Amino acid sequence: MCAKKVTKPPHEVPTTGHEWDGIQEYDNPMPRWWVWIFYATIIWGIGYTVAYPAWPWLNGVTQGVLGYNAREAVAADIAQMDATNAAVKTQLVSVDLNAIGEDEALASYASRAGAAVFKTTCAQCHGAGAAGVQSLGYPNLLDDDWLWGGSMEEIHQTVAHGIRSTTDAESRYSEMPKFGTDGLLEKAQIAEVVEYVLQISGQEHDAALASAGGTVYADNCSACHGAAGEGDRSQGAPKLTDAVWLYGNSREAINDSVSKARFGVMPEWAGRLTEDQIRAVSFYVHSLGGGE
Amino acid sequence: MSSPDTQPPSLYAAREPIFPRRVKGAFRNLKWWIMAVTLGIYYITPWLRWDRGPSLPDQAVLVDIAHRRFFFFMIEIWPQEFYFVAGLLIMAGLGLFLFTSALGRVWCGYACPQTVWTDLFILVERWVEGDRNARIRLHRKEWDLEKARKRAVKWTLWLLIAAATGGAWIFYFTDAPQLLHDLLHLQAHPVAWITLFVLTATTFIFGGFAREQICIYACPWPRIQAAMMDEDTLTIGYRDWRGEPRGKQKTEGTGDCIDCMACVNVCPMGIDIRDGQQLACITCGLCIDACNDMMDKIDRPRGLIGYLALTDETAERAGKKPISVWKHVLRPRTLLYTALWATVGVGLVVALFLRSEIDFNVTPIRNPTFVTLSDGAIRNSYDLRLRNKHGEAHWFEISASSDAGPFKMALEGEPGLRLKVPANETKAVRLYITAPAGSSAATTPRIPLRIWVEDLGDQPGSEVTAPQPARERVAQDTIFNGRGH
Repeated sequence: MCAKKVTKPPHEVPTTGHEWDGIQEYDNPMPRWWVWIFYATIIWGIGYTVAYPAWPWLNGVTQGVLGYNAREAVAADIAQMDATNAAVKTQLVSVDLNAIGEDEALASYASRAGAAVFKTTCAQCHGAGAAGVQSLGYPNLLDDDWLWGGSMEEIHQTVAHGIRSTTDAESRYSEMPKFGTDGLLEKAQIAEVVEYVLQISGQEHDAALASAGGTVYADNCSACHGAAGEGDRSQGAPKLTDAVWLYGNSREAINDSVSKARFGVMPEWAGRLTEDQIRAVSFYVHSLGGGE
Repeated sequence: MSSPDTQPPSLYAAREPIFPRRVKGAFRNLKWWIMAVTLGIYYITPWLRWDRGPSLPDQAVLVDIAHRRFFFFMIEIWPQEFYFVAGLLIMAGLGLFLFTSALGRVWCGYACPQTVWTDLFILVERWVEGDRNARIRLHRKEWDLEKARKRAVKWTLWLLIAAATGGAWIFYFTDAPQLLHDLLHLQAHPVAWITLFVLTATTFIFGGFAREQICIYACPWPRIQAAMMDEDTLTIGYRDWRGEPRGKQKTEGTGDCIDCMACVNVCPMGIDIRDGQQLACITCGLCIDACNDMMDKIDRPRGLIGYLALTDETAERAGKKPISVWKHVLRPRTLLYTALWATVGVGLVVALFLRSEIDFNVTPIRNPTFVTLSDGAIRNSYDLRLRNKHGEAHWFEISASSDAGPFKMALEGEPGLRLKVPANETKAVRLYITAPAGSSAATTPRIPLRIWVEDLGDQPGSEVTAPQPARERVAQDTIFNGRGH
């Protein structure tokens, strides 16, 4: 029953000579297959440098027999993405501007694509959150007050052709006189009309000056800003009675606006963005809470 | 041990082939049962069906990576509920502490896939090539037709098992019948083929050829286990105080060990347990079966090789009786592990029953924190992510409660405060909350706000919002930013 006694030499493994607390370290040999795997990884590594761009040379690098190129791979990915989106882009360009939101898939695409366009081309002035920069007169796009109008058509027109752009004939245009710089009004008159503007917007003001300012306003400002300060979107004249201020509502800021006037400029994007991108970003801006 | 002097040792050594002999006994039977149960669970599970309605898969256990869902019978886990997986991993960790501190390398010896599949491959090997002695003869034999035939049959069977193993794995990740159909018609996704190929190759090589090499050289677990064992941990040991000096039974003055080599011949790791505890021993118990069988035959008491702890060795050398293994298993350390393990488990089960079928996140928009509207009102925006875990589309209604108020609320792109969330999906929507000009909310820098989502069921419901306690409601706390200083 008992198997033949195995006559192996006594299993004597040398030690490394290291000893800690009476514990010695065997010096066992490596398994041979482990060594073969090590050689295999070296061969794999060499093969990899043959297959892919690797070795630097005087005028470039070896290109690898597989012809892989990271730039081309990215370009191919982008092309594939464009092909995937071709249908929805065509749809976006062809539908009525106000119908974009009715198709859930289209709205989802327009919203995401628009957000990407916004962050690339609009966020520099209007901010990543679209809240604008009041000290510089970059409008807040989140509120319910619009200089030139907040419907889909009006936003699309603004994005496509810009504001006071000299390179686009269809650009929105208007200009406020520099009442102080050009000497159109006396300093005292400007001070009066500033108090009047503070009064009609419900802020702290000097009643006597404001009363005099009413006449100055009626003669010089009401043509654009309206008899009651209600503004005029057709020429981008801001409403003066509400709580939203492009350059701030302080006495100094209003005084600056009257004296030196403002001339905010936005570039036209038609020609630099495709129509589907313009529509997407218009839809995105329209959906930020202020769309009309 | 000799020190390195004249003859430096070889740097590399080939694997010494191991031919485990067949053995019968209690531990061998236990291992057969464990093999049958674990392999059965592994191969059958993907084929179990579970009806979840028309818009959800009907596979009982499914890891749906594409849609980020995990289905386990009546349980569906979303990525947001990954804490369940974390909890299960903690339980697995505590379970391994428990088993290792009590029973040593019991995982390695009985339940580890490497052990189970190696055992299965050795079984096939024995069917085809015979038991230990026949296999040694075949191994030493020159290549001829018979050797080629036996090797070809063995490798073919191994490959079939390996392919079935890799195949079963991929069935867990997609609809099993459909994938099997695709595989048979050569239409399956490349990822399925690559996974199948890699797992087939590793099963074939690890179970057929690498075997104990994986445990000794590749696996980190035995090294970690050593840190969890103590002097009461059960390991397999040889009672040398009873067995030595080994020799023929009839010779005067010898111990119980008759040096029959049965324990060595059955060992799948190719070691001699009589050399003492060693890192290659996976404590599979087969040497115990072999030795007990022999002790019965020579009419000596069983247990020359057996499960014992370090403390037993000292005690038994001093002449004490062997003690029950339960005394080693049941001690404060293992009871503490069991209690911790059970606590996490109970916590998970409670969490499972407490979670609702609807869920949402609120992210207040912080760029900017508030928007001034033309009438002076202050508006805050919140991004809501509504999750409907039902098998059909449900209508959700949004509301808010706060000490300050009232507020005006609106959802972007929705006419009212109700919206439809498709089945088993997450819907993102922006919520606007506006405080009128001059109200306390509009003038206070921050006030706490609670947003509620109520499940209206599969209908939008009537316009009159009568309170219905049966409806499920969940809330999230957030803040409302007013015009500060």
